[in-house]
Amino acid sequence: MKTIYTSFSEAIQNINDGSTIMVGGFGLVGIPENLILALVESNVKHLTVISNNCGVDDWGLGLLLKNKQIDKMIGSYVGENKEFERQVLAGELEVELNPQGTLAERIRAGGAGIPAFYTPAGVGTPIADGKEVRIFDGKEYVMETALKADFSLVRATKGDTHGNLVFNKTARNFNPMMAAAAKVTIAEVEELVEAGSIDPDHVHTPGIYVQGLIEGKQEKKIERLTLRQEA
Amino acid sequence: MLKQIDKAATRERIARRAEREIKNGFYVNLGIGMPTMVANYIQPNKEMVLQSENGLLGIGKSPLQDEVDPDLINAGKETVTAATGASYFSNAESFAMIRGEHLDLAILGGMEVSETGDLANWMIPGKMIKGMGGAMDIVHGAKKIVVIMDHVNKHGEPKILNQCKLPLTGKQVVDRIITDRAVIDVKEDGLHLVEVADGWTVEDIVASTEAKLQIGEHVILASY
Repeated sequence: MKTIYTSFSEAIQNINDGSTIMVGGFGLVGIPENLILALVESNVKHLTVISNNCGVDDWGLGLLLKNKQIDKMIGSYVGENKEFERQVLAGELEVELNPQGTLAERIRAGGAGIPAFYTPAGVGTPIADGKEVRIFDGKEYVMETALKADFSLVRATKGDTHGNLVFNKTARNFNPMMAAAAKVTIAEVEELVEAGSIDPDHVHTPGIYVQGLIEGKQEKKIERLTLRQEA
Repeated sequence: MLKQIDKAATRERIARRAEREIKNGFYVNLGIGMPTMVANYIQPNKEMVLQSENGLLGIGKSPLQDEVDPDLINAGKETVTAATGASYFSNAESFAMIRGEHLDLAILGGMEVSETGDLANWMIPGKMIKGMGGAMDIVHGAKKIVVIMDHVNKHGEPKILNQCKLPLTGKQVVDRIITDRAVIDVKEDGLHLVEVADGWTVEDIVASTEAKLQIGEHVILASY
């Protein structure tokens, strides 16, 4: 029922110069690794990227940065990346920082038909500059608007041929909201299965939000390996 | 080297005092950096659940080498395990949980706190802005917001001020400040000195705090 791709370059072929894309993940966890690599290879330029972070210097969205494919980044924390800093200081990259919960809710709203909402996050800070602030029950809230995208690239541990997705542990993060907030959502899944093999009660993202799927092997690089010693 | 040891000891002192804020049965969010250390000092008989804003309720211990799952990290992007009874969810759900005031306590780091409980902890003008992450949401979420930090900056200047000089993370959000020298509560009528750490006097605290402190009869000396 859904388009099943066999090549990553084919999966992203409709993403053009100037597209707005959402990319799932928190740090390097839950990023669609191979779709990002295919975007680097495609060399599409002037992208607006909406993602919580911007990868590291040699992996994830950091690869798109290094290749100067991103004009504008909308995220919440971008501190893991030296090239990011260089491009911002050189005026090559525009950045819009959002409180993380605001970013998540703007994306959720985008997929849920809610044009704007009020949140306490950012009231009295530079984030509220130029935005409507309104009082409810004696407390101030700032209005934030929904985010939508031309394409969302998400990563799931399992997907079926009807587009239903299941995520693994903290690799869920921004992926479900992004799947709903784009005109076209491509899911990179670790395992592609026939419709019917995922218990409907276990589906995290219903297939209606997903237009295409592709199976991809993940490297799952670890940013901060933290271990405990045997007791 | 001696200075480094001092710093580690100071951080441990703050973390151990902050642990006492966590009551049995609490749901707690610990910020990145020194607040994360508080988890190392949880009393063994205390049951509590740590929330990680990237979508985990029930942070467990750091993994052993053979337990590492690259899909399982905390908000500081460190590998973790899930505690017994944990749950996973999206970031939207996570921040709904936070803004909806379902957490009992959040312990955050701070650069400056004002007399009225304003907090600045996310940017220094002129330096690279990395982003606020979840801090601006969290300060409006938990039922109690505790800021832990050094009492003075590296130049020896107060960090508890009449007004924050740095851009704010949140306005009138802090309930309690715990430093290496004192515990101070933020109330409607200003700052109240509650406890003084071992090795310091009330006069020391007043001298190293820019904002006016109210000092009641019940200040606990050599508290930690």
